[in-house]
Amino acid sequence: MELTMIYYLIPSLIMFCCGVYGFITRRNMIAILISLELMLNAVDINFVVFNRFLFPGEMEGMFFTLFAIGLAAAETALAIAIIINVFRVSNSIDVRDVNKMKH
Amino acid sequence: MDYSQFLAMRQEIGLLIVFLLVFLYDTFMPKKALNATAGFTTILFLLFTVASFIWGNIGDVDAFAGMYSTSGVCSMIKNILNVGVLIVLIQSCRWANGELMIMRRGEFYELLLVTLFGMYLMISARHFLLFVIGLESASLPLAAMVAFDKNRYESHEAAIKYMLTAVFSSAVFMMGLSFVYGLSGSLYFHDIALQLGSSFNTTLVVALAFVIAGVGFKLSLVPFHLWTADVYQGAPTSVTSYLSVISKGAAAFAFLVILVQCFGQFYSMVWEWMLYALIIATITIGNLFAIRQKNMKRFLAFSSISQAGYIMLGIVGCNDMGLAAMMYYILVYIFSNLAAFGVIGAIENQTGKVEMTDYNGLSRTNPWLACSMMLAMFSLAGIPPFAGFFSKFFIFTSAINQGSVAIYILVLIALINTIISLYYYLLVVKAMYISPDEPQIANFRSASSERLGLWITVGGIVALGIVSFFYDSIMEAASGSALFAFIG
Repeated sequence: MELTMIYYLIPSLIMFCCGVYGFITRRNMIAILISLELMLNAVDINFVVFNRFLFPGEMEGMFFTLFAIGLAAAETALAIAIIINVFRVSNSIDVRDVNKMKH
Repeated sequence: MDYSQFLAMRQEIGLLIVFLLVFLYDTFMPKKALNATAGFTTILFLLFTVASFIWGNIGDVDAFAGMYSTSGVCSMIKNILNVGVLIVLIQSCRWANGELMIMRRGEFYELLLVTLFGMYLMISARHFLLFVIGLESASLPLAAMVAFDKNRYESHEAAIKYMLTAVFSSAVFMMGLSFVYGLSGSLYFHDIALQLGSSFNTTLVVALAFVIAGVGFKLSLVPFHLWTADVYQGAPTSVTSYLSVISKGAAAFAFLVILVQCFGQFYSMVWEWMLYALIIATITIGNLFAIRQKNMKRFLAFSSISQAGYIMLGIVGCNDMGLAAMMYYILVYIFSNLAAFGVIGAIENQTGKVEMTDYNGLSRTNPWLACSMMLAMFSLAGIPPFAGFFSKFFIFTSAINQGSVAIYILVLIALINTIISLYYYLLVVKAMYISPDEPQIANFRSASSERLGLWITVGGIVALGIVSFFYDSIMEAASGSALFAFIG
């Protein structure tokens, strides 16, 4: 069996949709962050696959992926720092408790 | 490699120098000198703003194989943002010198300058890699700035809400980009337009919807606006004012560049209609929710959502006049909104009050603050002698010039919404001037930096509309732009 592009794209789409689903339904902030990571990684897979199968002559997608991984790491670090802050002031990282400003 | 290309990035490099000097000052100066950090940053930034007005514009130049491009319009919008940031710096002086901020005020200025640098990259990027880096460095430090009031719970809540939605939106945006890359094989704006041709493709619609949704989050257009009110309310007032004018202005311009440069040929086929729907929803829902707000910062958050809808009207016209009207609108919006936030900040710093009922009878105890607030509200609502009227006038005219029946209906809806917005802007004026209740806020003398900021913004509100020089020079810069070559 030859692995064509579709065998990579469908898992990546499933990953992305799982990420969106988790982002919406999860109640724990760390779990939300994990869902976001899933979405970002699905993007990375897409870029690499498109580059590998459609435009093998150049490396633009690969380079974008490298930068995207770095950006995702920065995002996670900052988000965790803020989550720690939230935990210190409210003793909880459940999003249902972060609702003091809802009107 | 040709190192003279770096000269094309002179505005970015100037900003980077300002950032490094502030960073070094903050790190190495003795403790006593740190009291002057706010003044040092403001003066340095003032010098940079003046220098960038004089030497910033070098005409149309592409650098780094077309990844970066600057032109008269780009340097103009950067100068407009500089003026806004300067006012924010002046207004935040008192807050930054406050007791709670002593340890960290240098960081506030550093983060602010880094986000501005990211916005510069967003404006000038002609390659999606550079654009995404600019977008992230404009939005990540902002999350840290939102969380700056360590002792206030709301600040952290706002920060986590901003952070999660920002990451979500950039993931959606990059997913759209990956499809664009799959279709065109390039990330250069110009190559994308060439490779896509004008052949219609369903995947392209999905990709474009993702891209628009991603940038729409940053601009708080309506289906993606839910973070705005909470973040604006929770963030420190200086950060809120920065978030509501500067980052919105930069994102609006970058949005226009992406839409017309990469996807210009699909204008009437795909995204014109998406924008119509977004604009109608943004203006209407922003207005309707603003009516029932009691907190001033929340109220201005919804007002800024509907203002973003008006800014988008400059994009649907897709001509040089629309571009000029949009930039002029951003300039006027910067002055009007910063005047409102200047008053809110002054009152909050003095008394800690931000509710609308606290403003009852303000004109009797603090007539000057009430007067500035009234002018800001008149300008935001678009009442004739003030700048807000002219910016709305130009943006409606440029949209109507496009000439289809659909756009007439769109502008009509926007006009009706202007009347609705008059109601809630005047609610504030009513509370300050007509309400018979006892004044909640005693007479006080605001800090000299706050008064300076208010003088500048109020002067801008009055002068920008009457003095035609500002619109003329923006129009001149915009009419030379080659942005709209691919529209079809």
